[in-house]
Amino acid sequence: MSETKVKKMLFILSKATIENAYAAFVMANGARMEGIESEIFFTFFGLEAIQKKKLEHLHVATVGNPAMHMPTMLGGLPGVEAFATKMMKREMEKLDMPPVGEFLEILSDSGCKLWGCKLAVDMFHLKEEDLIDELDGVITIGDFYSRANEEGTHLLFI
Amino acid sequence: MDLNIAGIRLDVTEDGYLTDVSQWNKEIAEEIAKQENIELTDKHWEVISWIQEQVKNEVALSIRGIKKSGVLNIKEFYALFPGGPLKISTKIAGVPKPKSCI
Repeated sequence: MSETKVKKMLFILSKATIENAYAAFVMANGARMEGIESEIFFTFFGLEAIQKKKLEHLHVATVGNPAMHMPTMLGGLPGVEAFATKMMKREMEKLDMPPVGEFLEILSDSGCKLWGCKLAVDMFHLKEEDLIDELDGVITIGDFYSRANEEGTHLLFI
Repeated sequence: MDLNIAGIRLDVTEDGYLTDVSQWNKEIAEEIAKQENIELTDKHWEVISWIQEQVKNEVALSIRGIKKSGVLNIKEFYALFPGGPLKISTKIAGVPKPKSCI
Protein backbone atom coordinates (compact mmCIF):
# COMPACT_ATOMS: atom_id res chain seq x y z
CA MET A 1 0.00 0.00 0.00
CA SER A 2 1.33 3.43 -0.87
CA GLU A 3 1.74 5.70 2.13
CA THR A 4 3.21 9.17 2.28
CA LYS A 5 4.34 11.41 5.09
CA VAL A 6 3.13 14.42 3.07
CA LYS A 7 -0.14 15.51 4.65
CA LYS A 8 -0.67 18.94 3.16
CA MET A 9 0.67 20.78 0.10
CA LEU A 10 0.55 24.58 0.01
CA PHE A 11 1.28 26.21 -3.35
CA ILE A 12 2.09 29.84 -4.01
CA LEU A 13 1.39 30.74 -7.64
CA SER A 14 3.12 34.01 -8.56
CA LYS A 15 3.11 33.78 -12.37
CA ALA A 16 0.41 33.98 -15.01
CA THR A 17 1.92 31.87 -17.77
CA ILE A 18 -0.25 28.93 -18.64
CA GLU A 19 2.47 26.37 -17.90
CA ASN A 20 2.98 27.70 -14.39
CA ALA A 21 -0.72 27.91 -13.60
CA TYR A 22 -1.27 24.33 -14.80
CA ALA A 23 1.74 23.10 -12.83
CA ALA A 24 0.10 24.42 -9.66
CA PHE A 25 -3.34 23.07 -10.63
CA VAL A 26 -2.15 19.60 -11.58
CA MET A 27 -0.08 19.23 -8.42
CA ALA A 28 -2.82 20.60 -6.16
CA ASN A 29 -5.41 18.33 -7.75
CA GLY A 30 -3.01 15.38 -7.68
CA ALA A 31 -2.54 15.91 -3.97
CA ARG A 32 -6.29 15.80 -3.32
CA MET A 33 -6.57 12.65 -5.42
CA GLU A 34 -3.99 11.02 -3.13
CA GLY A 35 -5.84 12.06 0.00
CA ILE A 36 -3.42 14.92 0.70
CA GLU A 37 -4.79 18.33 1.63
CA SER A 38 -3.95 21.16 -0.76
CA GLU A 39 -4.30 24.92 -1.00
CA ILE A 40 -3.19 27.55 -3.52
CA PHE A 41 -2.23 31.14 -2.68
CA PHE A 42 -2.44 33.37 -5.75
CA THR A 43 -0.11 36.35 -5.62
CA PHE A 44 1.19 39.01 -8.02
CA PHE A 45 0.72 37.86 -11.61
CA GLY A 46 -0.67 34.57 -10.37
CA LEU A 47 -3.83 36.59 -9.63
CA GLU A 48 -4.56 36.62 -13.38
CA ALA A 49 -5.55 32.97 -13.02
CA ILE A 50 -8.42 33.84 -10.65
CA GLN A 51 -9.71 36.97 -12.37
CA LYS A 52 -12.97 36.17 -14.13
CA LYS A 53 -12.11 38.29 -17.16
CA LYS A 54 -8.54 37.09 -17.57
CA LEU A 55 -8.37 33.45 -16.57
CA GLU A 56 -9.26 31.99 -19.96
CA HIS A 57 -6.65 34.19 -21.65
CA LEU A 58 -3.44 33.00 -20.03
CA HIS A 59 -0.53 32.58 -22.42
CA VAL A 60 2.53 30.42 -22.73
CA ALA A 61 5.75 32.48 -22.64
CA THR A 62 7.55 32.46 -25.98
CA VAL A 63 10.16 35.07 -25.01
CA GLY A 64 12.78 34.18 -22.44
CA ASN A 65 11.76 30.55 -22.57
CA PRO A 66 14.62 28.45 -24.01
CA ALA A 67 12.41 25.35 -24.08
CA MET A 68 10.38 26.89 -26.91
CA HIS A 69 13.40 26.33 -29.15
CA MET A 70 12.80 29.44 -31.17
CA PRO A 71 14.93 32.58 -31.44
CA THR A 72 13.93 35.17 -28.84
CA MET A 73 13.38 37.78 -31.58
CA LEU A 74 10.88 35.48 -33.29
CA GLY A 75 9.05 34.77 -30.03
CA GLY A 76 8.38 38.48 -29.68
CA LEU A 77 6.71 38.93 -33.06
CA PRO A 78 2.99 39.72 -33.03
CA GLY A 79 0.81 36.61 -32.96
CA VAL A 80 3.58 34.15 -32.11
CA GLU A 81 2.65 33.90 -28.46
CA ALA A 82 -1.03 33.52 -29.30
CA PHE A 83 -0.23 30.80 -31.82
CA ALA A 84 2.01 28.88 -29.40
CA THR A 85 -0.71 29.14 -26.75
CA LYS A 86 -3.33 27.80 -29.15
CA MET A 87 -1.11 24.84 -30.00
CA MET A 88 -0.46 24.09 -26.36
CA LYS A 89 -4.15 24.32 -25.44
CA ARG A 90 -4.95 21.90 -28.25
CA GLU A 91 -2.44 19.39 -26.89
CA MET A 92 -3.81 19.80 -23.39
CA GLU A 93 -7.36 19.23 -24.60
CA LYS A 94 -6.19 15.95 -26.16
CA LEU A 95 -5.06 14.84 -22.70
CA ASP A 96 -8.47 15.87 -21.33
CA MET A 97 -6.95 18.71 -19.32
CA PRO A 98 -9.76 21.09 -18.37
CA PRO A 99 -9.59 24.80 -19.23
CA VAL A 100 -8.54 27.14 -16.40
CA GLY A 101 -12.06 28.03 -15.23
CA GLU A 102 -13.23 24.43 -15.13
CA PHE A 103 -10.00 23.34 -13.44
CA LEU A 104 -10.58 25.88 -10.66
CA GLU A 105 -14.12 24.52 -10.20
CA ILE A 106 -12.76 20.99 -9.99
CA LEU A 107 -10.15 22.06 -7.44
CA SER A 108 -12.71 23.85 -5.31
CA ASP A 109 -15.14 20.90 -5.44
CA SER A 110 -12.25 18.61 -4.51
CA GLY A 111 -11.68 20.55 -1.32
CA CYS A 112 -8.60 22.45 -2.45
CA LYS A 113 -8.65 25.89 -0.79
CA LEU A 114 -8.06 28.88 -3.09
CA TRP A 115 -6.74 32.12 -1.62
CA GLY A 116 -5.98 35.57 -3.02
CA CYS A 117 -2.97 37.49 -1.66
CA LYS A 118 -4.20 40.65 0.07
CA LEU A 119 -1.15 42.74 -0.77
CA ALA A 120 -1.29 41.90 -4.48
CA VAL A 121 -5.09 42.28 -4.64
CA ASP A 122 -4.70 45.80 -3.17
CA MET A 123 -1.78 46.60 -5.45
CA PHE A 124 -3.71 45.69 -8.61
CA HIS A 125 -6.86 47.45 -7.26
CA LEU A 126 -8.95 44.31 -7.61
CA LYS A 127 -12.42 43.99 -6.13
CA GLU A 128 -14.17 40.90 -4.87
CA GLU A 129 -16.39 40.81 -7.96
CA ASP A 130 -13.31 40.68 -10.22
CA LEU A 131 -12.30 37.35 -8.68
CA ILE A 132 -13.78 33.88 -9.17
CA ASP A 133 -16.74 32.81 -7.03
CA GLU A 134 -14.84 29.72 -5.85
CA LEU A 135 -12.26 31.84 -4.01
CA ASP A 136 -12.15 30.99 -0.29
CA GLY A 137 -10.96 34.45 0.65
CA VAL A 138 -8.31 37.15 0.40
CA ILE A 139 -5.68 36.67 3.10
CA THR A 140 -2.21 37.87 4.10
CA ILE A 141 0.91 35.78 3.74
CA GLY A 142 0.92 35.52 7.54
CA ASP A 143 -2.54 33.94 7.43
CA PHE A 144 -1.28 31.55 4.78
CA TYR A 145 1.75 30.53 6.85
CA SER A 146 -0.50 29.82 9.81
CA ARG A 147 -2.26 27.27 7.59
CA ALA A 148 1.06 25.43 7.34
CA ASN A 149 1.19 24.91 11.06
CA GLU A 150 1.03 21.14 11.14
CA GLU A 151 3.41 18.27 10.63
CA GLY A 152 3.86 16.96 7.08
CA THR A 153 3.06 20.30 5.41
CA HIS A 154 5.08 21.45 2.42
CA LEU A 155 5.19 24.87 0.76
CA LEU A 156 5.98 25.25 -2.93
CA PHE A 157 6.61 28.51 -4.77
CA ILE A 158 5.76 28.54 -8.46
CA MET B 1 1.01 -10.49 -3.95
CA ASP B 2 -1.83 -12.65 -2.63
CA LEU B 3 -4.89 -11.53 -0.79
CA ASN B 4 -7.36 -13.78 1.00
CA ILE B 5 -10.90 -12.51 0.82
CA ALA B 6 -14.06 -14.45 1.60
CA GLY B 7 -12.09 -17.69 1.48
CA ILE B 8 -10.83 -17.01 -2.03
CA ARG B 9 -7.17 -16.46 -2.88
CA LEU B 10 -6.81 -13.40 -5.06
CA ASP B 11 -3.88 -12.07 -7.03
CA VAL B 12 -3.38 -8.39 -6.31
CA THR B 13 -0.81 -5.76 -7.24
CA GLU B 14 1.53 -4.19 -4.70
CA ASP B 15 -1.11 -1.48 -4.12
CA GLY B 16 -3.86 -4.04 -3.55
CA TYR B 17 -5.61 -3.91 -6.95
CA LEU B 18 -7.00 -7.12 -8.44
CA THR B 19 -4.86 -8.34 -11.32
CA ASP B 20 -7.69 -10.43 -12.74
CA VAL B 21 -10.90 -8.44 -13.11
CA SER B 22 -12.93 -11.60 -13.64
CA GLN B 23 -12.24 -12.61 -10.02
CA TRP B 24 -14.28 -9.63 -8.80
CA ASN B 25 -17.62 -10.02 -7.09
CA LYS B 26 -19.71 -7.99 -4.66
CA GLU B 27 -18.44 -9.85 -1.63
CA ILE B 28 -14.87 -8.99 -2.55
CA ALA B 29 -15.84 -5.37 -3.13
CA GLU B 30 -17.37 -5.23 0.34
CA GLU B 31 -14.22 -6.68 1.90
CA ILE B 32 -11.92 -4.21 0.12
CA ALA B 33 -14.26 -1.37 1.10
CA LYS B 34 -14.13 -2.50 4.73
CA GLN B 35 -10.32 -2.30 4.64
CA GLU B 36 -10.73 1.29 3.46
CA ASN B 37 -13.25 1.94 6.26
CA ILE B 38 -16.12 2.37 3.83
CA GLU B 39 -19.59 0.91 4.25
CA LEU B 40 -21.01 0.50 0.76
CA THR B 41 -24.37 2.16 0.11
CA ASP B 42 -26.58 2.10 -3.01
CA LYS B 43 -24.83 5.25 -4.23
CA HIS B 44 -21.43 3.52 -3.89
CA TRP B 45 -22.68 0.60 -5.98
CA GLU B 46 -23.97 2.97 -8.62
CA VAL B 47 -20.53 4.60 -8.86
CA ILE B 48 -18.79 1.22 -8.90
CA SER B 49 -20.86 -0.03 -11.82
CA TRP B 50 -20.28 3.24 -13.67
CA ILE B 51 -16.52 2.86 -13.19
CA GLN B 52 -16.60 -0.74 -14.38
CA GLU B 53 -18.58 0.35 -17.42
CA GLN B 54 -16.00 3.05 -18.25
CA VAL B 55 -13.13 0.61 -17.98
CA LYS B 56 -14.96 -1.94 -20.12
CA ASN B 57 -15.40 0.75 -22.78
CA GLU B 58 -11.71 1.68 -22.42
CA VAL B 59 -12.46 5.22 -21.28
CA ALA B 60 -9.61 6.64 -19.19
CA LEU B 61 -10.80 7.56 -15.71
CA SER B 62 -10.14 11.06 -14.44
CA ILE B 63 -11.65 13.54 -12.02
CA ARG B 64 -12.95 15.51 -14.99
CA GLY B 65 -14.74 12.38 -16.15
CA ILE B 66 -16.49 12.18 -12.78
CA LYS B 67 -17.68 15.77 -13.22
CA LYS B 68 -19.18 14.87 -16.59
CA SER B 69 -20.47 11.45 -15.52
CA GLY B 70 -24.00 12.49 -14.61
CA VAL B 71 -23.82 9.87 -11.84
CA LEU B 72 -22.44 12.13 -9.12
CA ASN B 73 -20.51 15.35 -8.68
CA ILE B 74 -16.96 15.76 -7.43
CA LYS B 75 -17.97 16.78 -3.90
CA GLU B 76 -20.12 13.66 -3.54
CA PHE B 77 -17.28 11.56 -4.95
CA TYR B 78 -14.87 12.81 -2.26
CA ALA B 79 -17.53 12.29 0.40
CA LEU B 80 -18.26 8.70 -0.68
CA PHE B 81 -14.61 7.63 -0.96
CA PRO B 82 -12.61 9.84 1.41
CA GLY B 83 -8.84 9.98 1.15
CA GLY B 84 -8.21 9.54 -2.60
CA PRO B 85 -11.56 8.83 -4.26
CA LEU B 86 -10.45 7.61 -7.68
CA LYS B 87 -7.76 5.37 -6.19
CA ILE B 88 -10.09 3.83 -3.62
CA SER B 89 -13.19 3.48 -5.82
CA THR B 90 -11.26 1.70 -8.57
CA LYS B 91 -9.73 -0.67 -6.05
CA ILE B 92 -13.20 -1.58 -4.77
CA ALA B 93 -14.49 -1.89 -8.34
CA GLY B 94 -11.75 -4.41 -9.09
CA VAL B 95 -10.35 -2.44 -12.04
CA PRO B 96 -6.72 -1.37 -12.58
CA LYS B 97 -5.37 1.68 -10.77
CA PRO B 98 -5.90 4.74 -13.01
CA LYS B 99 -2.72 6.13 -14.53
CA SER B 100 -4.06 9.62 -15.21
CA CYS B 101 -2.45 12.66 -13.53
CA ILE B 102 -5.68 14.60 -13.60
